[in-house]
Parts: sequence; structure tokens; C-alpha cells
Amino acid sequence: MAIEINQSYARRKHGIQRLAFGVFRALSYCVVLILFVILGFIIIKGIGVVNWDFLTQPPTDGMTKGGIMPAIVGTFWLMVGSAIFAFPVGVMSGIYMNEYAPQGKLVNFIRTMTNNLAGIPSIVFGLFGMACFVNYLDFGDSILAGSLTLGLLALPIVIRTTEEAFKDIPNSYREGSLALGATKAQTIWKVLLPMAMPRVITGLILSLGRVSGETAPILFTCAAYFLPRLPESIFDQCMALPYHLYVVATSGTDIEAQMPIAYGTAFVLIVIVLIMNLLANGVRKYFENKLKSK
Amino acid sequence: MDKIEAKNVNFYYGDFHALKGISINIPNNQVVAFIGPSGCGKSTFLRLFNRMNDLIPGSRLTGEILIDGQNIYDKSVDVDKLRKNVGMVFQRPNPFPKSIFENVAYGLRVNGIKDKAFIEERVETALKGAALWVEVKDKLKESAYALSGGQQQRLCIARAMAVEPSVLLMDEPASALDPISTAKIEELICELSSQTTIIIVTHSMQQAARVSNKTAFFYLGEMVEYDDTKKIFTNPSKETTQNYITGRFG
Repeated sequence: MAIEINQSYARRKHGIQRLAFGVFRALSYCVVLILFVILGFIIIKGIGVVNWDFLTQPPTDGMTKGGIMPAIVGTFWLMVGSAIFAFPVGVMSGIYMNEYAPQGKLVNFIRTMTNNLAGIPSIVFGLFGMACFVNYLDFGDSILAGSLTLGLLALPIVIRTTEEAFKDIPNSYREGSLALGATKAQTIWKVLLPMAMPRVITGLILSLGRVSGETAPILFTCAAYFLPRLPESIFDQCMALPYHLYVVATSGTDIEAQMPIAYGTAFVLIVIVLIMNLLANGVRKYFENKLKSK
Repeated sequence: MDKIEAKNVNFYYGDFHALKGISINIPNNQVVAFIGPSGCGKSTFLRLFNRMNDLIPGSRLTGEILIDGQNIYDKSVDVDKLRKNVGMVFQRPNPFPKSIFENVAYGLRVNGIKDKAFIEERVETALKGAALWVEVKDKLKESAYALSGGQQQRLCIARAMAVEPSVLLMDEPASALDPISTAKIEELICELSSQTTIIIVTHSMQQAARVSNKTAFFYLGEMVEYDDTKKIFTNPSKETTQNYITGRFG
């Protein structure tokens, strides 16, 4: 017996479907909209403040006037420092887990723990950094301590992208290299690493973009409330953009005069993160072209 | 003395008994073809000669494989040295993401050769040997990926031959190629056999008949028959072989 199609039911069904997909679409547009609203808000409020002096002068008059140059420089060094720490450690761990370690319980345990590391609140990293680097290792409040703490934060991302980059390389490349008498180390160094590099570098830059905006990890390990001179060694404290933003927005002498500076700082911070993301893309494309043509 | 001697080789993937008591003698500078239906163990067996199966966790081997009288599974054997002496060409062309020149030079470099002039000379010889020189001599610095599939496979052969192995293993080297490229590879095999012992795994019986001196037929992990290629294809002594080559199964 043929099943009769109930026309009104079919219409209703299609109506519900259209409605549901309409909601999905509206929500996904909302996400983009929120991003644009945030960016627009910061740009409108901040761009008027930013000029050459703002970028090249230290704060003056109890941080109600002047620029944010020491904070820019500080954030730059913190990013460099955390990269120097997180890149080799993360890449080596990722390579070990994917290429050397016998796959099994131990590696799965390490992998789970790495993911858990990524889930730890950043303020806890800050506390740990203070206990371990500042006090126990006696680095004091310093760029070194801050960089290491931020590096820990970047580590899980670097490890994961490294591992995934190596995992996606087909086995035929490993076999092709080993079959020529290359050792495992030569295979990794000369064949696999160049192939994985674009993604590893991309992961590193993205993670740095993220740590550049972190406040909590440097709160007790590095950041200075106000320090107009530039750091001279890795044992110096420094100012940093996110912390400076927090300071001028919450704890100044003249909030009215300071708010524009806060927006200007936020604007610079966002531009830096944006540049980092574009850079990540550029580097990836550069390496990919190099691999293709060389 | 034969180039390669396998004595009562058993191989297991975990609990799976993949190769059952195989013994074979392969004479020097000959082409030996391994044929048989999919899953019969011929590729597994081939990959034992350069210890490629060492990479597979949970695999196990009993018996002996001797190359030039030396048991290659002996603890004293340097696996990297072994693999330099026993080259391999894979089913799909797998050039590295490097230039044509660097692909061929790779094997020399990883074996510690630094002399530039010597490397250049060997790369040229190897590319000529693989009948690729004329096609690539003006674009050695270009990516190997710019080559066609057939050219890539010949590049892989040049790469393998550049370190002058005395044995060359070929795992269905033409199965991913068009008929013209296949013919070129087969021609190469005949030429290379004057300098190396070649073992080729193939799904194509015509190919085995065209290129090999001797043929081994594998079925369900056993070596059913091993004899001169002519004899295998005209007058096999086992019924299973007869059935396979006449296309009753496979």
C-alpha cells in the first residue's frame, strides 16, 4: 500500500526547517557581528589617541599623559622570551611524542596532561611562576620569570600543533628516507621537520599572539606598575600592554584623563595581535612556496 | 654463493601468521619477481630484506635472512648500513619536497658524503642510469613535484641507485603509472639488473613474465612455487600456481 503524503504536514515540516536554519544563520552572523562591534568600539575610541608620540614616549604626569612606549617594548621582549623557551621545548616534545615514543599508555598520558595544562587558568600559571621562577629560582620580578611563565602558557599549543603537523606527514616519506640508509634523526631533521615547519611556526606565532594579551601570568612575575625607563637586561622588570591597560583603567589618579590612554593601549594591543596573525599566515605561505619550488 | 638466502622465515603481525616457513635463494644480479593475490604476504616478505618491517610495532620474525652470507637480523648489523646496501622503490612515487638534484643527493648526504664535485657527478650518473637526465638536466633546481608521476618514480629509482645498492627492492613500482611510464620502468629494470640484484613485487603477471629471470608465487603466506620465470608461466609444477596464472583466482 502506498503511503499517502500528508500535504499540510509536509508544508509544516519545511516551514520548521526554514525557521531552524534561519536561526542557525542569524546566530553565526551574530558571532561575526560581535567581533566587529568589539573591534569597532576599540578602534573608534582608541585611534584618536594613537600618534607618533603615544608610541614613542613613556607615560608622564602620573600616567595621565604621555605614551606607552615602555609597555610596547616590554610586551615585545616578553613575546621574544616566551618564544625562545616554548619553541624548542614544545617542538622537541611534539617530535618525541609522535616520532620516538612507543605509542601507548605513557604517551596518551602525556598527551592528556598537555591538554590539561592548556586548561589551567592563567592566574594559576602566574602563581606558579611567582613561586617557582621568582622566588625558588630567585630570578626576581623580571623579564626572564615573566617569559618563562608565558612560555608555559604557550607550550601546550606549540606541542599540539607540532604533533599534528608531524602526524599528517604520510609514512611514505619516513620510509623513503630510511630506505636510503638515513637514521631516524636524519629523517626527522632533513625531511620531516622542513615539511612540518610551516604549521609549527604558524602555531608558535598564534600562541604568541595569545600570550601577548595575557595579564595574569605576568602580574606577579614581571609586570611593573610604572617604569618609564626601558629594561636593560632579562633580570629587569618591564611594563606590558595588557597590564598597563588594567592599571590605567582601574587604579589611576585621574580616571577621566586615563580612559583615552586605556583605549589607545587596547588599540595597540589588538593591532599587535592582528599583525601576529597576519604574520603567521605569511610565514606559512612563504614556507609552503619554498617547499614547492625547492 | 647466492646473493640472498632466506631460511625458514616466519613472520607475525601480532597473532597473525603472515609468512609461513619461507626459504628462498636469490642469485646475484638477477631479477626475481614475487607474484600472488593481494594479502598473500609478498610485500611483507620483500620488506624483510631491508628490515622495513622493523617499524611495525608488535611484529615478530623467526628464521634467518642472509645477504652476502651475513644474517641481516643479527644484533651486530647496522640497520642504516644495511638499507644503504639494499635500496627500495615504493608503490607510489615518494620524492621529498626538495629539488630534483637534492632528492638524488639525499642518500649520499645522509651517508656522510660532502664532496660537492663527487655528489654532482653521482647525481648525474644516477639520473642517466634512470633514463631521466635528458628530461631534467636543465631544471635540477626545480621541485621534484613539478615532474609527472612516471618521472617521479624514475627519480625515486635514481635516488635509490645513487648510493649504489647491491640489491634493489621494488614494491609494485609501476602500479600507479600509465602504460608508457610502466614500459620505461620495465626497461630500466632490465638495464639495472646488470649491476644489482632486483626483487620486484608485482600484481601484473605480464610484467613478471617480461622483466624477471625467476618468479616466486605466494599464496596465503606460503611460497607455493619458485622457479625460472619461463617454467612458472609455461609449465608450473603446482596446481595452485597453474590456477593463478591462468586467472582462475586472484
